Amino acid sequence: MATLEIRDLHVTVEADNATKEILKGVDLTVKQGETHAIMGPNGSGKSTLAYSLAGHPKYTITSGTVTLDGEDVLEMSVDERARAGLFLAMQYPVEVPGVSVSNFLRTSATAIRGEAPKLRTWVKEVKEAMERLNMDSSFAERNVNEGFSGGEKKRHEILQLELLKPKVAILDETDSGLDVDALRIVSEGVNRVRETGEVGTLLITHYTRILRYIKPDHVHVFSGGRIVESGGAELADKLENEGYEAYTKGGASE
Amino acid sequence: MAEAQNIPVGSTTAGQIAVAAESTVATRMSAPPSFDVADFPVPHGREEEWRFTPLERLRGLHDGTAVVTGDGVKVDVQAPEGVTVETVGRDDARIGKAGTPVDRIAAQAYSAFEKAGVVTVPKETVLTEPIRIAVHGEGGVRYGHQVVELGAFAEAVVVIDHTGDAVLAANVDYILGDGAKLTVVSVQDWDDKAVHVAQHNALIGRDASFKSVVVTFGGDLVRLHPRVSYAGPGGEVELLGLYFTDAGQHQEHRLLVDHNVPHCKSNVVYKGALQGDNAHAVWIGDVLIEAKAEGTDTYEMNRNLVLTDGARVDSVPNLEIETGEIVGAGHASATGRFDDEQLFYLMARGIPADEARRLVVRGFFAELVQQIGVDDIEERLLAKIDEELEASV
Ligand SMILES: Nc1ncnc2c1ncn2[C@@H]1O[C@H](COP(=O)(O)OP(=O)(O)OP(=O)(O)O)[C@@H](O)[C@H]1O
Ligand SMILES: [Mg+2]
Repeated sequence: MATLEIRDLHVTVEADNATKEILKGVDLTVKQGETHAIMGPNGSGKSTLAYSLAGHPKYTITSGTVTLDGEDVLEMSVDERARAGLFLAMQYPVEVPGVSVSNFLRTSATAIRGEAPKLRTWVKEVKEAMERLNMDSSFAERNVNEGFSGGEKKRHEILQLELLKPKVAILDETDSGLDVDALRIVSEGVNRVRETGEVGTLLITHYTRILRYIKPDHVHVFSGGRIVESGGAELADKLENEGYEAYTKGGASE
Repeated sequence: MAEAQNIPVGSTTAGQIAVAAESTVATRMSAPPSFDVADFPVPHGREEEWRFTPLERLRGLHDGTAVVTGDGVKVDVQAPEGVTVETVGRDDARIGKAGTPVDRIAAQAYSAFEKAGVVTVPKETVLTEPIRIAVHGEGGVRYGHQVVELGAFAEAVVVIDHTGDAVLAANVDYILGDGAKLTVVSVQDWDDKAVHVAQHNALIGRDASFKSVVVTFGGDLVRLHPRVSYAGPGGEVELLGLYFTDAGQHQEHRLLVDHNVPHCKSNVVYKGALQGDNAHAVWIGDVLIEAKAEGTDTYEMNRNLVLTDGARVDSVPNLEIETGEIVGAGHASATGRFDDEQLFYLMARGIPADEARRLVVRGFFAELVQQIGVDDIEERLLAKIDEELEASV
């Protein structure tokens, strides 16, 4: 059973010629089949955690460990992490002009699966996955994220999640910028992947809204670059009613 | 005098239309067209037509100091049956018919060449195999002149291949009879040190169609000036270009389409990728719709993809319209950059860095390559693009 283990993770960024520590000792274990929600105020470091796990070059790991099934993730390049089974649905997906969605998806699936998917079944697979996410088939011929609306970008991320079938999926504010219909469609996509029981999900969000559709097993409150409280689904209800004030005023975020 | 509409220099995708009192295309040149090099002052570098070009790297082509050395450039023509291949003297009537040199180096080439190559496809001859002209430099300096003439309703594909090392200045004339169809692919696959400056003049007969494909990979300095004018209505022109500018290279493409007769079409698409320090690409696209050219339909586009820091693009579309009675006129220019965020995104989907770069560059050029329509050239281009990318990663 796949397990992602994060131990005492410290991360810095370079900003304005100064080194700034953003993550200050994150501990978290995500097992295949589990869903963890990470909730926290703006600027608490949630995206930094997501990017650091995926290996974004802007973030420097100063101490701590991350392993996937015992393998050292921090030693791996960005593409190796993805091939090892990590997937990051980004808060702000990047536009890649000149590369069509269909070409991108196929290249990616080939890299992740280790062989090119058979063309006939692949076309069908993509078509059906797009239909389930209410994406028009014309998206396949458009350039990656270019001119996509916020909601379309998020659907495109979940489309990739469904096609790439990672061991651990990190979803960074997949809910932000979605109207109610889109939120439902995207959540259903995430749930289809979760229901396979093959994926561990790390759901990063600012709001509790998405948790009505995607039920977490564990909820963690993130503040000041670390997890300050963990609990079950009931913790989300508490946050819904009381907000993050108790955590931010408590001095958890410098 | 007719008022011209002019889209200002340096404008990008959505240029405003300003109204200029006279043609900027004409006034931008420092001297009127002429076959005589003495009619052009030696450029100093600040002239509009020279301001992007590093004169010190022209090896003397611009100031008369580049002296012809032996037969340091070999030209070999392979033509299918039915085609006439000749080497003629300067007084041949076909020379210079398609256009007049517009700058000092073109005039220098015209004043200095000794023999011209003339390839003629007789009227109504439809070739099924390309004519291949191989220009191979062996380190020499050469002034050249080449004429390709198609009789009425003839159809041909010409591939001109430039390889090796040379300092070459040339004029190339394409003369299309009525209803003729000509595709010309000019590949600049020079060695690193080569310098190549050429003016291409195409004269398009009534209802004729001309497709020019310019592909520039190599050389230290390549400066090409494809120009088109029409001899009768109904002409259709497609000017396609692809360049891959590496560290230290200067690749300059300057185009002019002169809509001087009514009811003609032109479509210009040039795309370039740049990588490495001091890679410099220049694209000047001048389209002139003269007052008498009613019913003109024209579009020009230049796109650049900058793959690394340190590369520079100057892209200047210039559309000048002297009549409102046209079908359409448009232009676009944009320079994008393949940045770390795009690379990260693709890699985060399992795609290795070198493949990510290849995906982006191939995607960028794909549509253009498909429009070339000469199979072995398409394959060679794709292979060449991959090769250029390999060199960078
Ligand atoms: N690349 C960077 N350069 C400089 N500062 C950064 C960088 N990335 C993050 N930060 C800073 O780190 C802190 C945490 O940012 P992060 O994006 O991780 O927060 P977040 O919890 O995801 O916030 P949000 O809810 O707004 O998405 C912020 O103060 C942010 O400005
Ligand atoms: Mg964030």
